[in-house]
Amino acid sequence: MSEEQIKNLEEQFEARIARDEKIEPKDWMPEKYRQTHIRQMSQHAHSEIVGMLPEGNWITRAPSLRRKVALLAKVQDEAGHGLYLYSATETLGISRDEMYEQLHTGKAKYSSIFNYPTVTWADMGAIGWLVDGAAIINQVPLCNTSYGPYARAMIRVCKEESFHQRQGYEIMIKLANGTPEQKEMAQDALNRWWWPSLMMLGPTDAESIHTEQSMKWKLKRKSNDDLRQQFIDQTVPQADLIGLTIPDPDLKWNEERGSYDFGEIDWDEFWQVVKGHGPMNKERMKARVGAWEEGEWVRDAAMAHAEKKQNRKEKEAV
Amino acid sequence: MKNKNLYNYILGIADNSLILGQRLGELCGHGPTLETDIACTNVSLDLFGQVRSYFQYAAKIADDGRTEDDIAMLRKEREYLNVLLVEQPNTNFAYTIGRQFLFDVYHLAFLTELEKSKDLTLSAIAKKSIKEVRYHERFSSDWVKRLGDGTEESKTKMQEAINDLWTYTDELFHQTEADKAMVKEGIGVDVTKLKEDYYENVSELLEESTLEVPESKYFQKGGKKGIHTEHMGYLLAELQYMQRAYPNMEW
Repeated sequence: MSEEQIKNLEEQFEARIARDEKIEPKDWMPEKYRQTHIRQMSQHAHSEIVGMLPEGNWITRAPSLRRKVALLAKVQDEAGHGLYLYSATETLGISRDEMYEQLHTGKAKYSSIFNYPTVTWADMGAIGWLVDGAAIINQVPLCNTSYGPYARAMIRVCKEESFHQRQGYEIMIKLANGTPEQKEMAQDALNRWWWPSLMMLGPTDAESIHTEQSMKWKLKRKSNDDLRQQFIDQTVPQADLIGLTIPDPDLKWNEERGSYDFGEIDWDEFWQVVKGHGPMNKERMKARVGAWEEGEWVRDAAMAHAEKKQNRKEKEAV
Repeated sequence: MKNKNLYNYILGIADNSLILGQRLGELCGHGPTLETDIACTNVSLDLFGQVRSYFQYAAKIADDGRTEDDIAMLRKEREYLNVLLVEQPNTNFAYTIGRQFLFDVYHLAFLTELEKSKDLTLSAIAKKSIKEVRYHERFSSDWVKRLGDGTEESKTKMQEAINDLWTYTDELFHQTEADKAMVKEGIGVDVTKLKEDYYENVSELLEESTLEVPESKYFQKGGKKGIHTEHMGYLLAELQYMQRAYPNMEW
């Protein structure tokens, strides 16, 4: 294809996106579009899968049968999200095994929030309320993103995430209205998860390298800082309502802006965790790689069995 | 308690699902593939759903202020009445599947009979559970076939798991005092009558999976009387952790 032809295709492509048309797997797309989507969508899928671990940590210890069932169902939803996000990413010409390989070797990232430990039951509430809350703010705009399979996957993901968020908040309500010991547990969880949740919305706009291009392709609709402000403005009244205190002495309602002013985020901590040195980075990867390696003989057996079955069928046909 | 036999009878059924569900819950996020992970969680969810129905009924019968959670999480180890099979650990995926398969075949046959119970609550729970357990049995049987008739390595592992777990199968067909009393009243299932079909079905599937049917005639028992293997205490330590550490609270 000549350079001019490619340029023509690119122009048509950008025009389609500008008209809010969906790009489908068989459509022509610029290589950069494909790669950017593989990166973001697989990262999203990995986050779901790694995200199963901190909550999975409490399944055997959930305080009641009702909570245990809800937690199991939630973690299972995350596995489901991972599954269809991997499938959606596969439409861009990469296999699930290749994506796992990228995760296991550290080439692909996942959300840094999952590198924090879940140390009490209240963390199940805080994760649902704050982490899923921040995730929704990130993800709702993606329901209208330009790549069709991603947009459709996100519609379903967002529905389930908002259910998880309510479920998490409900755990917090119960604790906050419980005994002093329970309330303290809830406050402690909020103290530990608040700042990492703010970091989840990404580095400040000045430091974010992908924003401009992503805006054009509707992979992003608002800047990280705008999303963060939205999250804070939405969450602070929820904390007030149940009598918990946001662990930020600088948090103050700004009448003029109609928003909360908030304190300095510790970006050194953010980058430390992103670079692989958070409290749980090594354990999380060890768990994922371990499950993959220990599962190899099982996957091999399934393949071998399917082949044998196929061979027998062919022989019978002859 | 007025209806001690019925209460104990329900516990005997429910504890199997509770302990097996707990075991499967340990695996969530650590399965060999995403699909098996989802399936194992699904089985666990079904079992806990059944457990809740049974214990809510048991709490009603006990009528002493205890809730489903009190019954599930605040008994002493000696008061849990599950069979030894379901408390065996997730040594590897072959053990998880082997344990599931050996239990599912029994469970499906058991529920099919329980549906005929004169006790309408038990009959209703059984009716709802059969649909779920039919799927469990298909899932575990399919995996026994894949692992048995897969690679050399998987065959060795699957055979080893079946051989080790075989010793816990006979207990499934032991009758407790509560069993006998409930059979007499037309409420309970006579498990002794399920034994022949069980071994026939299990053997058939093992043979189809190119595995050997263990010949050992030495069996372990005790679970139904609350005498468990050494694994049980650790499982309960996790199951009961919150209820023990923070007593009398609502969650």
